[in-house]
Amino acid sequence: MAKTVLEFEKPIIELEAKIAEMRKLADTLDIAEEIKSLEEKVSLLQDQIFSSLTRWQIVQLARHPDRPYTLDYIERMTTNFIELHGDRCFRDDKAVVGGFGMLDGQTAMLIGQQKGRDTKSNIYRNFGMMNPEGYRKALRLMKLAEKFEKPVITFLDTPGAYPGIEAEERGQAEAIARNLFEMSRLHIPIIVVIIGEGASGGALGIGIGDRILMLENCWYSVISPESCSSILWRSWDYKEQAAEALKLTARDLLDLKIIDKIVPEPTGGAHRNHEEAAMILKKVLLDELKRLKKIKIDKLIDDRVEKFSNMGVYSE
Amino acid sequence: MAWFKRTKSHIESETKRKDIPDGMWVKCESCSEIIHKRQLEQNFHTCPKCNYHFRIGSSEYIEILFEKKSFKELDKKITSSDPLEFVDTKSYKARIKEAIKNTGIYDAVRTGTAKLNGHEVVAAIMDFSFIGGSMGSVVGEKISRAIDKSIKTRRPLLIISKSGGARMMEAALSLMQLAKTSAKLTKLAEQKIPYISVITDPTTGGTTASYAMLGDVNIAEPGALIGFAGPRVIKQATGKDLPKGFQTSEFLLEKGFIDFICHRKELKEKISQLLDLFKN
Ligand SMILES: [Zn+2]
Repeated sequence: MAKTVLEFEKPIIELEAKIAEMRKLADTLDIAEEIKSLEEKVSLLQDQIFSSLTRWQIVQLARHPDRPYTLDYIERMTTNFIELHGDRCFRDDKAVVGGFGMLDGQTAMLIGQQKGRDTKSNIYRNFGMMNPEGYRKALRLMKLAEKFEKPVITFLDTPGAYPGIEAEERGQAEAIARNLFEMSRLHIPIIVVIIGEGASGGALGIGIGDRILMLENCWYSVISPESCSSILWRSWDYKEQAAEALKLTARDLLDLKIIDKIVPEPTGGAHRNHEEAAMILKKVLLDELKRLKKIKIDKLIDDRVEKFSNMGVYSE
Repeated sequence: MAWFKRTKSHIESETKRKDIPDGMWVKCESCSEIIHKRQLEQNFHTCPKCNYHFRIGSSEYIEILFEKKSFKELDKKITSSDPLEFVDTKSYKARIKEAIKNTGIYDAVRTGTAKLNGHEVVAAIMDFSFIGGSMGSVVGEKISRAIDKSIKTRRPLLIISKSGGARMMEAALSLMQLAKTSAKLTKLAEQKIPYISVITDPTTGGTTASYAMLGDVNIAEPGALIGFAGPRVIKQATGKDLPKGFQTSEFLLEKGFIDFICHRKELKEKISQLLDLFKN
């Protein structure tokens, strides 16, 4: 399934190709043993490579062009999904999608940043970079969910809020701030899932919730490693060091109590098996929803504010 | 986040200015008028000729806005503990140490209770001279506690923002301070306690995208740079020239994101007037 192969994935993909080739010959030749041993080797190699990924390699996986995006998850996890458009003020932001859908018979509002797969769709989606009207559209949909008492699930996957002239004119900062404020007091359960790149305020703008989940091979931070490198090192060449310094992986963020849970990905990463990635996530979401639904709404909101209030490390 | 580069150059130019042997004269950055320091102070650190608002720190705002000796500082000595052990060309620990030494304060915001024209308020005032007024765990925590104090004492909250945004050296923890402060503000709103946000030059990034934009009333000083993405980043991303006056207070007023622009010499009166209106 993988179309793009990252440098560190190469040995795995090559070995897999070899196995596929041998399978074709298996009818005429007695090489079952050999295939089996190669398969074991792949699995071992896979474990080896993926258990020692550097933070920069995880950033690359998070950006893998074959990685499932918001609509890939929604399509596989839900039934009856109806996409809803527009902020009712200015226009429909294509960098974010949202609508009602059903997870195992329960209606939820699903909202997420959406990237494109090729140049054309990336331009259409603005590379998943939202404008103010996108944040306002997301908020409108959340309020709609609140009105009908349906839980909200958001999917974070963006290289950042769009840094454009018009975005500033229409109040990018205000739109993000408003969402942080309103999501903090939304009277329904909210689950946030980081499924790819979580770049700064642009990601956080739909990222306040009762439970913050993060897929294994994602990054979430205040700035991308490249921009961090260019600002602090005054050069684009220190992205690997910047990625290490930023401690931006799921494991790092779990340690810092910024996320609640790491969602495992299929062997080799979510891009290797969209279906499996979606099913693993769906199961986790259903568990979380079940737990959240038991909590009284006022307590849920107090806990939500408390949760974010406790974030930060300082000494006195 | 091009703010960091800009921050640096600003700090450098300020140091250079301080190096002028006869330290009693200052040159206006906008109209080049040579102004005597005492005259500048009397004029609320604004240019008597062109109204340019010089960047000032928390001490100057405290003096301008509050009754003498009424400012009682809270949580003065909370400091960053460098949770990520962040090192770039320099260690974050060293940067903090240096900033504390150079500024005499412990992080980029000072909070306290104070009296403004007879009104008891809780105030948080940012200092741009401390690592570009950047917001990390300490700024978030101090603002969060200031909000608690506001709720507990039922005093209006005043925040004066002057910040390059979230502090990179605390990475995701800094980002979460946007969430933390905004979430806390919902509790203040629930109690119907007024929050006045004063936005000064410069206020960008995560600070704008959280509490600075969330005032019940948003006030800006004239000519301040206020935005989300920094001008350099926008120019780089779009390849376009930025329109004249882009991201200034006047631009934001025109676009509908602040309630009014207020000259620094009228700031105290205007805030007091608002608090009267909320109260009576
Ligand atoms: Zn002047």
